[in-house]
Amino acid sequence: MVTLLYFARLREVLDVASERIALPVTVDSTEQLIAWLRQRGETWQREFAPGKNFRIAVNQQMAEANTSVKDGDEIALFPPVTGG
Amino acid sequence: MPVGVQTEDFDIGAEIARLRSGNPKIGAIASFIGLVRDVNDGDAVRGMTLEHYPGMTETALSAILDEAKARWEVIDAIIIHRIGTLKPTDQIVLVIVASSHRTEAFAACEFVMDFLKTSAPFWKKELTGQGARWVEARESDDAAALRWKKSKGS
Repeated sequence: MVTLLYFARLREVLDVASERIALPVTVDSTEQLIAWLRQRGETWQREFAPGKNFRIAVNQQMAEANTSVKDGDEIALFPPVTGG
Repeated sequence: MPVGVQTEDFDIGAEIARLRSGNPKIGAIASFIGLVRDVNDGDAVRGMTLEHYPGMTETALSAILDEAKARWEVIDAIIIHRIGTLKPTDQIVLVIVASSHRTEAFAACEFVMDFLKTSAPFWKKELTGQGARWVEARESDDAAALRWKKSKGS
């Protein structure tokens, strides 16, 4: 199982703050995870479309590029940050 | 070098007093306060809510201070960032950097804010006359953070 967290605008649009899912066997990277999430429906496809500006953190570390994911990970998806 | 994420307001005078207390090596203190404006992108702003990622936000802020300390002679530094509901004129963020000399204190303070803007997980939602809207990230903030990568190769 992995924990998926969603923040800010993504949390509102996707209507989910957190969920526990079993990673499909075909998913072992953030790129594959995104491809898999896109299949969940129109909104998911739109929000995670190629070129769309969102960030991924794996175990609370920003994933700068494609990053491996495994069972037990905490994976967060969120818009570019706007604090300060 | 502590970081704080809190709903409560902060007092810069009290924080500076705490930071410099009993340390005669400190010769310069630079600080920054970010405030809620009543206008953004041409629209009146009545207030905002700030959301964060508990755990990761604190880690990210600590990492920014560690990086500042690695690049400059920083004796001590703090970041306090507020979350929750804020209104125009409210304080949002405080950065204080103590050093032996002003050049280091100024540079490190600016660096901390530039990196906080682009790498610390906070999100602002503004309340305007037209309703609530999520603030979009600015390219100018990315550019501000990027210039530290060019000027310092560490």
